[in-house]
Amino acid sequence: MDTKIKAPELVCPAGTPASLRTAVDAGADAVYCGFRNATNARNFPGLNFTVEEMTTSVDYAHSRDTQVLLAINTFPPAGQIELWKQAINDGANIGVDAFIVADIGVARYISDNFPDIRLHLSVQAGASSPEAIKYYCQEFGVKRVVLPRILTVEEISSIHKQIPCEIEAFIFGNIGMMAEGRCSLTNYATGVSTNMDGVCSPASHIKYEEDENKNLHSKINDFTIDCFSCKENAGYPTICKGRYTSDIHKDPYYAFEEPVSLNLSSLLPELIKAGVTALKIEGRQRSRAYVRDVVSAYRLAVDNITAGKEPDLKNLIALTEGNKETQGAFKSKVWR
Amino acid sequence: MTAKITIGPILFYWSAEDKLEFYKRIAEEDAVDTVYIGEIVCGKRVPFFEKHYDEVITILQNSGKKVVLSTLSEVMIPQDRKIVENACKKTTVDIEANDVSALLKLSNTPHRIGQLLNVYNEDTLETLAKKGAYHFCLPSELPADSIEVMGQSAKNLNVDLEVQVFGRMSLALSARCYHARAYDKIKANCQFVCEHDSDGMDLNTIDDKPFLSINGIQTLSYNYLNLINELDELQRKNITHFRISPHSHDISTIINSFNDVINDNISTKEAMLKLQSLEIPAPFSNGFYHKKSGYCFI
Amino acid sequence: MLLNRFKKLPTFLLRPIPLKILQPAINRAVSKVIEKNPQIFDRLATNGNKSILINPTNLPMVFLFKPNHLNPSVYAYRNENGLSYDASISGSVLTLLSMIDGELDGDALFFTRDIVINGDTEAIVALRNAFDDVDGSIANDIAQIFGRIGKKSLYLLRKIKRQEQKYGY
Repeated sequence: MDTKIKAPELVCPAGTPASLRTAVDAGADAVYCGFRNATNARNFPGLNFTVEEMTTSVDYAHSRDTQVLLAINTFPPAGQIELWKQAINDGANIGVDAFIVADIGVARYISDNFPDIRLHLSVQAGASSPEAIKYYCQEFGVKRVVLPRILTVEEISSIHKQIPCEIEAFIFGNIGMMAEGRCSLTNYATGVSTNMDGVCSPASHIKYEEDENKNLHSKINDFTIDCFSCKENAGYPTICKGRYTSDIHKDPYYAFEEPVSLNLSSLLPELIKAGVTALKIEGRQRSRAYVRDVVSAYRLAVDNITAGKEPDLKNLIALTEGNKETQGAFKSKVWR
Repeated sequence: MTAKITIGPILFYWSAEDKLEFYKRIAEEDAVDTVYIGEIVCGKRVPFFEKHYDEVITILQNSGKKVVLSTLSEVMIPQDRKIVENACKKTTVDIEANDVSALLKLSNTPHRIGQLLNVYNEDTLETLAKKGAYHFCLPSELPADSIEVMGQSAKNLNVDLEVQVFGRMSLALSARCYHARAYDKIKANCQFVCEHDSDGMDLNTIDDKPFLSINGIQTLSYNYLNLINELDELQRKNITHFRISPHSHDISTIINSFNDVINDNISTKEAMLKLQSLEIPAPFSNGFYHKKSGYCFI
Repeated sequence: MLLNRFKKLPTFLLRPIPLKILQPAINRAVSKVIEKNPQIFDRLATNGNKSILINPTNLPMVFLFKPNHLNPSVYAYRNENGLSYDASISGSVLTLLSMIDGELDGDALFFTRDIVINGDTEAIVALRNAFDDVDGSIANDIAQIFGRIGKKSLYLLRKIKRQEQKYGY
């Protein structure tokens, strides 16, 4: 290889302190996580950190040279923003390495009060053009943008040349079909808002019903999202991965997307060349088994690539949703 | 002060003739204060109507309406960016930003913020107001208690606040075109199949329950938002403008129903009967406002 | 059919252990796990008041788990007849243990339908997340309570699982 590749950061998910330790031990360069409330976009039952847990977890990570990025990436509804400000104050006291935010008011609070702490723009901000990214850099001093999962590698490369901040791109995990931060499908069906409450497809509103023929019906509140025959792999019932009918599709079809997971292992070298500073693994809601397997596999892959060797990631497929994987938009525009 | 009626941007891919006819009709509706024109869903549709903008602006302005050009809600590829750039250069009308990319150009000049740019709280409202935003249309999922707080803030900042009161609700945007997908095509060679559905392409659940409606990259509710019963409350919360989102149903009846309630000419009950007489196949909803599932009607 | 499902398990596991003998041991196991991991209740929050049926599909019994922080309990029954519960989770005994131990990912198991859940999904998700934050092996802790027979059972179960993974049956 003629030019030496600069090693990208591996940014890994943690939904619990045990997952965080697992990610750190498996070779994460940075771990992202959130408090146990609506201030982050994975506000699931039993998940996330208390202030005390965050404190000990940050200590654990820092003592092993790993950064902790605090996701405060939901949109506080008017009248409730104090909870978000408290989360920011707590994060600053604990000494997190960066805040990941989506809301303009939240971004301003951080840039006004904690200008020395790095600000990352969450994928939930849906900044998909150089202009949008430049706006956040200019107004709030954003140091890194997490790009929406809708761009091709070529487009990422082009954006990289036009913006004054680092790029973080998703490489593995669940891909929602809708533009992040701009989806109220869950709220329409359940009364729980993804943007404001931090939950997509809340477990409290999900029912699985197996009928006498072993067909699995998945429902969100009153709406049947899918039905899997006994031979089919199931998917988590998110509205954007359900099957529906329409005038021109009398048989149920995946109107938005099939239950697939993103796996960009084969595009890693290209992504790194496109100027991506950090590679992000999705899955704060997944178990520490997932974290251990995915992080170790990608650690090895990234190390191999930077050393000029071929990466091998075959064993990751079992962890993907419905056992199917996609390169999503990253490979080509045909996906759109 | 009584709130004013606005006509939101046409979300669907109507032919240029249909759009022109629609705006001529709106020009004759005295109750309408402001009309938002411009394509906010798909950049590929823009060239078909862009050449008529000036004509429409003239027609509407001559009949005393304020005209606002709304920008694209999802800006990604070079064509989208060019469209937004051109829109922001327009001097004959004000601009409504539906995506942060437009803000880069509009900051420090007077502009509006559209429904699809996330303004959920008073801090965001204030931040943008200080940069020249003077009129905000709130996200349709914002509940009453938050709208009230926004109303107080808006009053203090001396900016206008608008909420959608009628029409299908925009629930999601995507990079992928679901109209094209339904016809086994992709966005790049879509052949504008979205022209088949003047109010959206309805999706039913497997057990035949109508659920959503597709409009290109946008997913709308199947149900129609109808806040006719909440107009008084909204005005008390300092909402200054009520947005009616265009559909193929008789727009005059819709405008008059809302206008008559705002001006106390008829009861909400009578207005509701008029709206029901339109025989829109989908039910009405107001769940978001009442902090319930958006599809509910309280 | 029934035989087929159970045939790979050591026969002593399939023998109906008298519940009178089993239940006190279960009670000791629950106390031990709870004592070591009090944060479980914090994570469960209000979901701790729900009851969850755990159904190891290749064992001749089911367990009713009530993770209430004042009085957590697991009761063993021969079958689910007459039991009321908020949610149920079914899967082979080792799949369930591996999931609790954080060796296998619950979501992945669900996607492949190795586990089946019913009823109150939130209770299951909260429980899964709460147990996922436990370091070490709960399966080992439980096996220890049952003494020699417990450890032997776990050893045999794991051996079967390894063979399954290796030979794909």
